Amino acid sequence: MNSFFQRKFIIQAIFISAIFLLVARLFYIQIIDDRYLDFANNNVLRRLVVYPPRGVIYDRKNVLLVQNEPVYDLMAVPKSIKPFDTALFCQLIEVEEDKFVEKLQKVREYSRVKASLIEKQLSAETYARLQEHLFQFPGFFVQNRTLRKYPSPIAAHVLGYIGEVNDKLIELSKGDYRQGDYIGISGIERSYEKLLRGQRGIKRVMVDVFNREQGSFDEGKFDTAAVPGDKMITSLDAKLQQYGEALMQNKVGSIVAIEPSTGEILAFVSAPNYDPNLLVGRIRGNNYMKLLKDPLKPLFIRPIQAQYPPGSVFKPIQALIGQQMGLITPDQRFPCGGGYRIGSRLVKCEHNHSPQNMVESIQNSCNAYYCWAFKTMIDNHPGMTVDQAYTAWRDAIEKFGIGVKLDIDLPNELKGLLPTHKYYDKIYGANHWKSSTVISLSIGQGELGITPLQMANVMAGIANRGYFYRPHLVKAIGSNKLIRPEYAKKNSLGIDSKYFPPVIDGMERVILAGTATYARIPDIPICGKTGTAQNPHGKNHSVFMGFAPKDNPKIAIAVFVENAGYGATWAAPIASLMIEKYIRDSITRPKAYEDRILNASLLPGDQFNASGNIKKKDEKKAETSDKKEEKKPVKQVKPTSVTQKPREEKKETTQKR
Amino acid sequence: MNQSQQTSPFYNVDWMTIIIYFCLVLIGWANIYAAVYDADHSSIFDMSRNYGKQLLWISSSVLMIIIILLIDSKFFNFSAYVFYGITIILLVAVLFVGKLVGGNRAWFEIGAFRLQPAEFAKVATCLTLARYMGSTNLKLADLGDQLKCFTLIFAPVALILLQPDAGSAMVFMSFFIVLYREGLPPFYLVFGLVSVILFVLSLLIPQSYIIIGLILLTGFLLWRDRRVRRHYFLIIGSAILSIALVTGVNYAFNNILKPHQRDRIDLLLGKKVDPKGVGYNVNQSKIAIGSGQFLGKGYLKGTQTKYDFVPEQSTDFIFCTIGEEWGFVGSVLVLGLYTFLLMRIVVIAERQRSTFSRIYGYGVATIIFFHVFINVGMTIGIMPVIGIPLPFISYGGSSLWSFTILLFILIKLDTNRNGIIR
Repeated sequence: MNSFFQRKFIIQAIFISAIFLLVARLFYIQIIDDRYLDFANNNVLRRLVVYPPRGVIYDRKNVLLVQNEPVYDLMAVPKSIKPFDTALFCQLIEVEEDKFVEKLQKVREYSRVKASLIEKQLSAETYARLQEHLFQFPGFFVQNRTLRKYPSPIAAHVLGYIGEVNDKLIELSKGDYRQGDYIGISGIERSYEKLLRGQRGIKRVMVDVFNREQGSFDEGKFDTAAVPGDKMITSLDAKLQQYGEALMQNKVGSIVAIEPSTGEILAFVSAPNYDPNLLVGRIRGNNYMKLLKDPLKPLFIRPIQAQYPPGSVFKPIQALIGQQMGLITPDQRFPCGGGYRIGSRLVKCEHNHSPQNMVESIQNSCNAYYCWAFKTMIDNHPGMTVDQAYTAWRDAIEKFGIGVKLDIDLPNELKGLLPTHKYYDKIYGANHWKSSTVISLSIGQGELGITPLQMANVMAGIANRGYFYRPHLVKAIGSNKLIRPEYAKKNSLGIDSKYFPPVIDGMERVILAGTATYARIPDIPICGKTGTAQNPHGKNHSVFMGFAPKDNPKIAIAVFVENAGYGATWAAPIASLMIEKYIRDSITRPKAYEDRILNASLLPGDQFNASGNIKKKDEKKAETSDKKEEKKPVKQVKPTSVTQKPREEKKETTQKR
Repeated sequence: MNQSQQTSPFYNVDWMTIIIYFCLVLIGWANIYAAVYDADHSSIFDMSRNYGKQLLWISSSVLMIIIILLIDSKFFNFSAYVFYGITIILLVAVLFVGKLVGGNRAWFEIGAFRLQPAEFAKVATCLTLARYMGSTNLKLADLGDQLKCFTLIFAPVALILLQPDAGSAMVFMSFFIVLYREGLPPFYLVFGLVSVILFVLSLLIPQSYIIIGLILLTGFLLWRDRRVRRHYFLIIGSAILSIALVTGVNYAFNNILKPHQRDRIDLLLGKKVDPKGVGYNVNQSKIAIGSGQFLGKGYLKGTQTKYDFVPEQSTDFIFCTIGEEWGFVGSVLVLGLYTFLLMRIVVIAERQRSTFSRIYGYGVATIIFFHVFINVGMTIGIMPVIGIPLPFISYGGSSLWSFTILLFILIKLDTNRNGIIR
């Protein structure tokens, strides 16, 4: 019977070789091939992002401007949903039933076990109402998120807004942002994005096959905590800002107020403005489109994007440069005689006054004086050709921060317009032009574009008698109150301080006895200059710039009111009210003085109209909307529009007041 | 026999086999605990969980061991046909009153417990085959005697295929190794092996290439053995059979196999990659075992098993838990225990004076071997997914009971190794 005994060995060999095959395979997948560990980790490990609260934003006196408001995202896990009262649920979360059902179906198709977003950003009230009933709806839960909230609806242009990052940014950020993250899109939110957003934490958790959380990985050894965003203390004075916005309501234009001793921007008004709360959360998309389509362009940040010919407010700058160049002395008089004649053309001066000295020229805003002064600097600059002299003059102007970006801490700042000699060479041919060819520049007209911010900054520089700090909106960052070093650096205007007194005296007289007596404030000596910027497309822009008090100035200000006419009529009193509000914290002038400004509606197409009726305003907007395209301030100074008619412009007479 | 046999059921038992048995059972219990572990039910004695129930199966197995050891050796020989008859009846009955689980009608449901008659059919068939072959002077070289044995094997196979449970049915092929030991011509094993190779080849490369190859091989063999005339018949016969097999494979593959079986084979051969769909189980199982690396992740620290990425983790895929938590070292240790057990059983079988006991012993070894090879092979992706348990380790009453009975009948027979049971 045991004749096949030796077959025992073959059978044992089969057993052993088969098991050896298993061992060999195990050796391969467990020891040689190390991909499997990664696969296993990918299965269970989830990196969860822990969102830090975004930094809050204060004004200079610690008034909260931007805070975080909790909202609630409604999530659902389709698998756990039991049949429920859809009508009641939709009523609770305030959505239409068919939309909700459709959304739920989509989510179901996406994943039955993963939690998906059903309705985002439920308000706290909606959530409170829902919470009481949530137990009736298994499978639904809410996730906390935060939105920005603005306790008072001011300074929208400064603060900016945030929104979900787009795909392009996600790609560019190389992992800094993920789908659904918020990012600052404009304003401080954007320029300080990195500091405001804080540092996201990473929590590594393990999940089971149904993606349910199963606790932290390796006792959280690799987790990082979220670091809250830095708080920002802005330089704005909320009260002043609010007041400025009130003064500018129903008007188009800007107010920029700077503290000369620091460069801190106290008020930054762009009119028309909008309530920053409109660009938050679920309503943002619709409101954004509305604002974008508004013919008055409320999203346009006028203080840094609108460029106007400065007009007469350019005169003090000319006076300072002329002195510094050693070509004009304060006592020197230039004839007026109602204007400055170039051949058959006349740059008209409204006041046919006696020859003026420097102080008087500023006080009375004499056009002829500055034409002569300009001729002196350009044509008669000793040892210089016109090109060289122009370049020297232009460099001196640039030192005032004109024609260059001031690098304010806001995105999208424009640098304005200050042509180089090459620009004129191109038009007239090299050596074929001189001061008389570009005489408009002497009185701040022609190919000049200056932003309200630049203007206010010039005033700060004059107020400081020769230097300015870079204007900025954030004065301190984080709880350590850090300040960016570049904001602590003095920038010279390139003018010796000894040349300032006649100019400043002249500017003081503008208020005391010159063009802007209406802006006078008892006991606060203001130095300023009105301007009436020519607007080829319509009514002139009303401009005022100034600072106060004369000694030890606290505030430098520039006010632009588009299409409002004379500088003295609107811009000067607005500046005056702002100055008093800031320095005294109250207005001592009669209520009527204030009300006249507050109630005025100077929107394009309006006749002066004291009505503050909002409905009326809306009607007017609609009526005039087609015209407004033409009236964008940027267009006025676009080089193209200027180059088309340089000769024509020279013929124009310049009005001033 | 002497007196002490009557007094102690453990007289003359092979302690080494018993120790290995208990090692495997305890390893199984510990790993079932790890596989189904969750913090809410952390007591290993929790009867609502698989590990708690497994303890019940283990205790009842111990009881069964004692009963088996108390029964007279002759009983198993004597009642082999009766067992066989009962299991055949049960296999028929289960087709009608069985509980439908996952498309198979393979289980009786009695209260909270389930019983799988196919598991016990293995034991009964093993006993019957031993009894039949041991009692008559079979000549397995003869076709007639071969057919008689085949009939005994294929009767339960046919019934199990009706359930249908191809996995369990396949295990019965292990008896061919037993028959081989008893004199079945090696042709059958070679034929089986060649069939598998041809099957795999014909799924992987175009049929015509294989047929050309086979013809060339036939030509070569005929030329080599041109002087041995009697080989002509054999060579040509094999060639025709092989070609028939190759041409039949596609038909069989597409018409006889079920879609899920086709998928499993395609996956194994790498013709189909679908880690999220039909390949999910095997893929996750490989990830579990592969990620264990050399020393494993540690007891209860296997993420694949703990977080349910591996399906059927306490039953058919229990080896994943071992591979993941105990690594290569643990896996090899377990396979080493099985190898040792198999070798020991072969030794036990060969030391029997009785043919019945020897044949039965080989039956036990080959059944265990098939289960281990197919089950572990499946978890590491070298065998198609066939739902059969890992002996002594997988969770399940039917499985543990039937393997316990299978093994301990042999141990009981072995206590009487010098006797002749006819």
